[in-house]
Amino acid sequence: MRQPPPEIEAVGISKIFGALKVVDDVSLRLAPGTFHALLGENGAGKSTLVKCLMGVYQADAGVVRVDGTPMHAGSPREARRHGIGMVFQHFTLIPSMTVAENLVLARPDLPLIIDWKAEFTRLRDFLKQAPFQVDLESHIANLSAGQKQKVEILKELYLETRFLILDEPTSVLTPQEADEVLGFLRRLVEAGELSVLLITHKFREVMAFCDSVTVLRRGRFAGAGRVTALDPERMAAMMMGEAPEGRRVDKVPAKRGAALLQLHALRAMDDNGLEAVHGIDLTVHEGEIVGIAGVSGNGQKELLEVIAGQRAATSGHITVSGELHLPTRALLRKHRFFVLPEEPLRNAAVPRMSVAENIALRVFDKPPFREAGFLLNRASIVNFGRDMIQKFSVRPPQGDAPIGDLSGGNVQRAILSRELSSGEVRVLVAANPCFGLDFKAVDFIHDRLIETRNRGAAVLLVSEDLDELLEIADRIYVISGGNLVHETTPVDADLAVIGRQMAGSH
Amino acid sequence: MKRAESILIPFGAIAAGMIVFGIFCALAGANPLLVYASLWKAGFGSWYSWQNTLVRASPLLLCGLCTSLPARAGIIVIGNEGALVVGGLGAISAGLATLSMPPWFCLVTMGIAAMLCGGLWIAFSVALQHYRGVSAVISGLLLNYLAIAFMNQLIEGPLRDPSSLNNPATYPLTPDHRLAYFSGTHVHHGILFGVIACLIAWILVDRTTFGFSLKISGGNVRTAQLVGLPVGKLVVIAGFLGGACAGLAGMIEVAAVHGRGNESLNAGYGYVGILVAFLSRQSPLGVLVVSVMVGGLLASGGMLQRAHDLPDATITVLQGILFLFILLSDTVYGRFRTRAHINSGVKANAVAV
Repeated sequence: MRQPPPEIEAVGISKIFGALKVVDDVSLRLAPGTFHALLGENGAGKSTLVKCLMGVYQADAGVVRVDGTPMHAGSPREARRHGIGMVFQHFTLIPSMTVAENLVLARPDLPLIIDWKAEFTRLRDFLKQAPFQVDLESHIANLSAGQKQKVEILKELYLETRFLILDEPTSVLTPQEADEVLGFLRRLVEAGELSVLLITHKFREVMAFCDSVTVLRRGRFAGAGRVTALDPERMAAMMMGEAPEGRRVDKVPAKRGAALLQLHALRAMDDNGLEAVHGIDLTVHEGEIVGIAGVSGNGQKELLEVIAGQRAATSGHITVSGELHLPTRALLRKHRFFVLPEEPLRNAAVPRMSVAENIALRVFDKPPFREAGFLLNRASIVNFGRDMIQKFSVRPPQGDAPIGDLSGGNVQRAILSRELSSGEVRVLVAANPCFGLDFKAVDFIHDRLIETRNRGAAVLLVSEDLDELLEIADRIYVISGGNLVHETTPVDADLAVIGRQMAGSH
Repeated sequence: MKRAESILIPFGAIAAGMIVFGIFCALAGANPLLVYASLWKAGFGSWYSWQNTLVRASPLLLCGLCTSLPARAGIIVIGNEGALVVGGLGAISAGLATLSMPPWFCLVTMGIAAMLCGGLWIAFSVALQHYRGVSAVISGLLLNYLAIAFMNQLIEGPLRDPSSLNNPATYPLTPDHRLAYFSGTHVHHGILFGVIACLIAWILVDRTTFGFSLKISGGNVRTAQLVGLPVGKLVVIAGFLGGACAGLAGMIEVAAVHGRGNESLNAGYGYVGILVAFLSRQSPLGVLVVSVMVGGLLASGGMLQRAHDLPDATITVLQGILFLFILLSDTVYGRFRTRAHINSGVKANAVAV
């Protein structure tokens, strides 16, 4: 029988980065066997707070107590010894190794010589009681995001974690997968075997699975309570503390124009040389948002990379208004073609260059940024950056900081300002643009996408968030196994059909 | 803070390297302090030693650029020695072919031939990496050996001057077809090439749209592709420019120092150029300063042997130790800030508890 979960108490935690107080005097008490949510906007200090609990960061003030005794600060090992474990937003599994190897590898007391036979017996015994099953022999690289998330959680359970912190675990999962994973954890909590601290900004998950909630706003405590005594409106008010920025942009009725962006029998390989995109034909017209729904790993990534010029197509081609499109600067400009790829820091920014420089990546070789034919006008880059940072509320507002130091939401804002600022976008391709962002940022991005569409641009939106597509797309395709297998509109959409198509049973 | 770091860390690394080298000298039976005094005297102690230093600095300036220019585009080039050698061979071949022409024409032809040879040499290695996935470090290293073998083949075969008996060499350039010296010194005009090349390189990487494009591709290829930059072309051009500099260093060695092509082309300036580039953190202006420093070290090699009875290779040991410490120091950038943070955190915590 597992030990009961510990009581965790954080008192007056503060954490300062540079001049910024990211967490300011926050206290938190988690009784054993509770499912607690930590709500807050992007940059509210949720991740920093739990990293202080985990000992990844050392708090500048305050103390963490486990069952009443203060925990030695700044040591993840110590936290692990107390049975505190965390599943991070980004996977920490080793892709080239198998599930079994990853699980065994995580053991802190790994012997020099591993008795694999014994380990496998232990693993199988462990899996018998585990809520979801994974194939021990499969390589992590071949698993879908949802399966990887499950392995991460299994790993924590295998390490006998009794207090589990989850940092936005469902952002990579389909709704069904999210419900399955959280439902399972809920049952463990109810059985008194586990406490869970869930970082999220999805009210649905809080309402459905959590007992109590703590809300942070700008690093400070903004409210707490039992979920049964709260409703989403009250929690939103705590999180925001002010009126949401700007008014929602209304979608003007669709007035579909001429075909603009067209993909012709596009085929592409994945990194392992297997065909991942099996001849996709697709047309996006003026003034419409076409959504591509699907579970990650069904060729979206490769398709997007081909469109963005980051991967060569094995055959097929792309046209804009019937003209061949290639990812060269001249054609990108001529076709007014812009892309918002997923993971903006990895795909659309140069982390060690400044925010202002990153904002200038599309324009630096045009006057006034270019002088005398080849010289770079640094002053105009700085000025342009300052304008964009203000217009798109990038924080912190200093243009000379490396963009890699910004939070995810602010990197996305900086990239948005670059891709959408010109106001002359004709083709916009976006992939999971709201991944991991809070709802304020999500609204902001959706508004920009709709605005762009209303101005007559063709928008292709690839998203793993079906709700997002149903909300803003005009037409939706479902991608499965590298093919577009289903077409519908938000009005006619049948969720059961879409779900089946996404799952590949068609 | 950042600025202070970029000065403190290299100097700290050099200081640490010098301490270790001092221990080495002490073990070899020499007084480290006297060794350093000799190094200083031989490198910078007099006008005469300054001249020696500058003569050695000129190929270093150009070989340093050979690594630091492609580094801007994110490619590590270590084929400097090979580029220098083929540049020298190109120069002597062009020079011998145009001996009947006026000296200025001959020298310009030599320079162009050297830059083309060196440039194509490195561009090839960089293109292999970009288009075929062969690491430029590996291909550069192997191409070095190839260049040296090619040189031996030429100077012992088709280009050989029959009168060069023990030390095979090509036919010599006539004295008026060689690079001139600053009057009253033995410093040749080659140093000007190096200084000008560094200044041009600085403007290129720091002040032009081309340099900005290089920085983007070097910083994140995927982003460069997204915004439509011709990444392949950019890195190959950067490789060509770097190689052209090393090739020009070969031309200087041929046209100013040796007056002919021989084994002395392969004197190690290319390898030391890698050290220069890393010491200067790939900055062309840094190359300008570091080349003179390292030139002084090279100039003082003989002195160590004469004055302290240390082996000839001692100066290579010093270079090796310095290189190690410089590479190591690259890993500590940004750490001092974190360290300071943790310390202040401990204090705040102590107060709170």
